[in-house]
Amino acid sequence: QLDAFVVLASGEISYSSQQCSNFMTIYTIIQTVTLIPGDGIGPEISTAVMKIFEAAKAPIQWEERNVTAIKGPGGRWMIPPEAKESMNKNKIGLKGPLKTPIAAGHPSMNLLLRKTFDLYANVRPCVSIEGYKTPYTDVDLVTIRENTEGEYSGIEHLIVDGVVQSIKLITEEASRRIAKYAFEYARNNQRTSVTAVHKANIMRMSDGLFLRKCREVAENYKDVKFTEMYLDTVCLNMVQDPSHFDILVMPNLYGDILSDLCAGLIGGLGVTPSGNIGANGVAIFESVHGTAPDIAGKDLANPTALLLSAVMMLRHMGLHGHAKKIETACFDTIRDEKVLTKDLGGNAKCSEFTADICRRVQDMD
Amino acid sequence: KHTTIMMATLTKALKPILGMQFGNTAKPPPAKYGGRHTVTLIPGDGIGPELLNHVRELFRFSCVPVDFEVVHVNSASTSEDDINNAIMAIRRNGVALKGNVETNHTMPPNHKSRNNLLRTSLDLYANMMHCQSLPGVQTRHKNIDIIIIRENTEGEYSSLEHESVSGVVESLKIITRNNSLRIADYAFRLARDKGRRRVTAVHKANIMKLGDGLFLQCCKEVASGYPDIEFDSMIVDNTTMQLVSKPHQFDVMVMPNLYGNVVSNVCAGLVGGPGLVPGANYGRDYAVFETATRNTGKSIANRNIANPTAMLLASCLMLDHLKLHDYANMIRGAILTTMNETRLHTVDIGGQGTTSEVVQSIMRIIQSGGPLTTEI
Repeated sequence: QLDAFVVLASGEISYSSQQCSNFMTIYTIIQTVTLIPGDGIGPEISTAVMKIFEAAKAPIQWEERNVTAIKGPGGRWMIPPEAKESMNKNKIGLKGPLKTPIAAGHPSMNLLLRKTFDLYANVRPCVSIEGYKTPYTDVDLVTIRENTEGEYSGIEHLIVDGVVQSIKLITEEASRRIAKYAFEYARNNQRTSVTAVHKANIMRMSDGLFLRKCREVAENYKDVKFTEMYLDTVCLNMVQDPSHFDILVMPNLYGDILSDLCAGLIGGLGVTPSGNIGANGVAIFESVHGTAPDIAGKDLANPTALLLSAVMMLRHMGLHGHAKKIETACFDTIRDEKVLTKDLGGNAKCSEFTADICRRVQDMD
Repeated sequence: KHTTIMMATLTKALKPILGMQFGNTAKPPPAKYGGRHTVTLIPGDGIGPELLNHVRELFRFSCVPVDFEVVHVNSASTSEDDINNAIMAIRRNGVALKGNVETNHTMPPNHKSRNNLLRTSLDLYANMMHCQSLPGVQTRHKNIDIIIIRENTEGEYSSLEHESVSGVVESLKIITRNNSLRIADYAFRLARDKGRRRVTAVHKANIMKLGDGLFLQCCKEVASGYPDIEFDSMIVDNTTMQLVSKPHQFDVMVMPNLYGNVVSNVCAGLVGGPGLVPGANYGRDYAVFETATRNTGKSIANRNIANPTAMLLASCLMLDHLKLHDYANMIRGAILTTMNETRLHTVDIGGQGTTSEVVQSIMRIIQSGGPLTTEI
């Protein structure tokens, strides 16, 4: 007999059932997530994440796909149709590092993914990790970067020999969309303030437009504090006292620089999670470090970045309990400092690190 | 007297044609009126006026042979007369010391930033900032010594924007071969003069292939002419990440305008904040000195808590430029003694001293150094 049935997933729904007693059977919704292992250390860290999720009994089943670009009809490069179909069906994806080949003729894979799924927001929460010491100990902020336009529109011209012009494009629609996402994120994650980062004193019209849209959206979210700050002031204050900042929302280039700056504050790309939110409910979470071909296949990689991105994914899906469990296990392992991979200062293998986290997760149950 | 002044003006006007000194840093104007230099002073807004008053007080006390011609620029006024007067005064005197003029960004787009207008009209193409850790100041990283050279006139600061379709704005970033070669040359010459070993170009050429690609190419060309100096390049986002974790790997850095803004603020934050670092803007014929991070400091204005160090060190840079090295070293020594030995700090670096207390302490140290001063 069933008292309640709640649909949580937006994609394909499958479920497992567990007989608890004669009267009750618990149905758990299992959501399917597209997994893109990537290149280099990608496959081993993906395996690590899958192991940890299994140990945590997270209701996720993985659908592995490859996104190496293929030439579609008409000669345009695109991602394989199986990958695209899987993403559109599941809506949620987890991606490892992809290598950008130099002379393959096709654009960067990340760019292709971005365009295919209209991934307009790049979200990077940066929280200081206890046990991984950096000079900055009280970082807890989120950078939300507009990912489709701005300085990265790719529109450049050679005007005359020796004079080049790059165009920075800012549109009302994209600015409003990113501002709305930032405020929604603030509300959903109980954050207190959103700061718009700009250089409107110099780029009056473009950053001015961005700022105006942010202000307009802020009107509808009176419960969240809205401030504006110049890019240089943010940089200056960030390296002196990062605890002042909560959520930062900004156009593409500033977002690129600031998100990497904040990653540097907490320890680098090896421990920073990242998520890309697209239109139509698509969200791809990824690790932003490189493929590290020199240590690929040697069981030396650090899966923390991909793991924390997967935790971010769980939170996005509303599975806060499992997210907290896995995150705590990961931080405890790092804080303990007994089983750390080489980049964190230890000499353990990736499998040992993973096993330690799995053990902690199982102990928590 | 009239003929002398006319000849001086004529010579100055013909200088670009007669004495072509391509690629040199600005030549200081000849000292006029009996060995005393005249320098343009632009108070600006916020903490500018009070800090520049302290500079004047200190100079008077130390008997520095510099007279200031004060030119006010009203940031609220829409006409460009004020800033044009300031520019003319700087053309006349050759050197200026300025506070930041606030830009109200809610004004319409044709109201350009006054500071930017000044830099582009006078073609102050190189912004130099020397970030050094001071032993007396508590920071997370110690022993930082980085020189940042930032292209000051073009790039993203070209102020060329238009709204071609409603709701879509385009902003142009201009990179030219001439300016890139010029700034790269400035960087390498400075590195050589100061005995530095490496120059790093900061760019984003993987994305802005033509624009930053041209900048990088120009840097490489200039680097080939300086085989004694190492040259490498780094992408701007990686640069900021490296700066906060391993800042000691950097020596001299050269970059276009916007990245210069970001990197110089990050470095200023690393060595202790905006109140400590002086900045200099050099052109072929003119030089303007100010604080490196160009903050207006509205919230701390007129409360006697602003840190005078940055502005005072900027005035020392100006004295060096005028070849008044003895005075420059005397004042700089006194400032550093107050900072590192006496440890009299203002609020921004964790102390409790007021601006006037710090200045008084500097004056006392100067007085104890010899009989050169007037009464306090």
